[in-house]
Amino acid sequence: MQPPPAPLARPASLTELFTAFTALALQGFGGVLAIAQRVLCEERRWLTREEFVETLAVAQVLPGPNVVNMSLMIGDRFFGWRGAVSALAGMMCAPLVLVLALAALYTQFAQQPAVAGALKGMGAVAAGMIVGTALKLVPVLRENPMGRPACFGIGVAVFACIALLRWPLLWVLLVLGVAAYAFAWMRLRGAS
Amino acid sequence: MMTLSFAEWLQLCGHFLLLSFAAIGGAIVIAPEMHRLMVTQTGMLTDAQFSASIAIAQAAPGPNVLFVAVMGYQAAGLAGAAATLFGIMLPSSTLAFAASRWSHARQDWRAVRAFKAGLAPVTIALLVATGWILAANTPGWAHLLLTIGAALVVWRTRVHLLVLIGVGAVVGALGWI
Repeated sequence: MQPPPAPLARPASLTELFTAFTALALQGFGGVLAIAQRVLCEERRWLTREEFVETLAVAQVLPGPNVVNMSLMIGDRFFGWRGAVSALAGMMCAPLVLVLALAALYTQFAQQPAVAGALKGMGAVAAGMIVGTALKLVPVLRENPMGRPACFGIGVAVFACIALLRWPLLWVLLVLGVAAYAFAWMRLRGAS
Repeated sequence: MMTLSFAEWLQLCGHFLLLSFAAIGGAIVIAPEMHRLMVTQTGMLTDAQFSASIAIAQAAPGPNVLFVAVMGYQAAGLAGAAATLFGIMLPSSTLAFAASRWSHARQDWRAVRAFKAGLAPVTIALLVATGWILAANTPGWAHLLLTIGAALVVWRTRVHLLVLIGVGAVVGALGWI
């Protein structure tokens, strides 16, 4: 058995929600998901890993940027629509100012080999961070009603279709996502 | 950089409002469609500006969707950035908000529980695939080692992620990868 997890916390105010998401977004180089998982599940403990995966699952099948969708869903859960707006604003405002400033400067620095090299190195690390985050979330599947072999099979199939065959996400979701959904539904019906 | 009339602003915003609905998997999925609109069809951006928009957003912290704002900015300044970002965000955010409310109110329904259970392995596999695709875009052993190292450190340790990014930047700036 795993040790019982420490109790979850929750943001005290809209301001805390806003500043937490601002801080999180500003640390998210090459994507915010890795740092979001670290901050929300491990540092602030606002979500369990299970809740993180569930929220991400909803965000992923909907149109729009996943982390942005996630931030407003999480904000909504704590403080309703005002929470959604605060979390969303936290995620977007400071990075937006920064990226526009960078756009204004970009042409002067883009040619420098050191800058180009640094960006390449950051890209390599960012790719690894996403994979590492995924590995950390794998234990969530232990309690999955579909069972571990089915989860493994679905995961491998999705990976192969997207990463190796490079099929469009929409079709992979329509075929494999719907199949997984149907299978989970039957398992849950059998269990009840 | 051009100056938009109000009608042009609405038109640009409207294009991105429609594109937003197709952005399943994130805004980067519809980058080819944006390229068609901004470069080929309207000529608001050059090819180089389009690629630079994505590169700039990736270099900066924050959600990757901000490349859409950079695109608007390069085409038509702050007004352009407002048009593209507002357009791309409004439909998807509204939908996400509604879906979150809907599913949270019905979290005991078998249909909702099955969705979460069924999609959990899909979600995790998609993360691995994302990392894979990002890594595979740049070939080279040193590059791959750096990616694998970062994955292991994130998985197994609590080293701060900014430290990792910093290491990547230094290694890259020194020209080791």
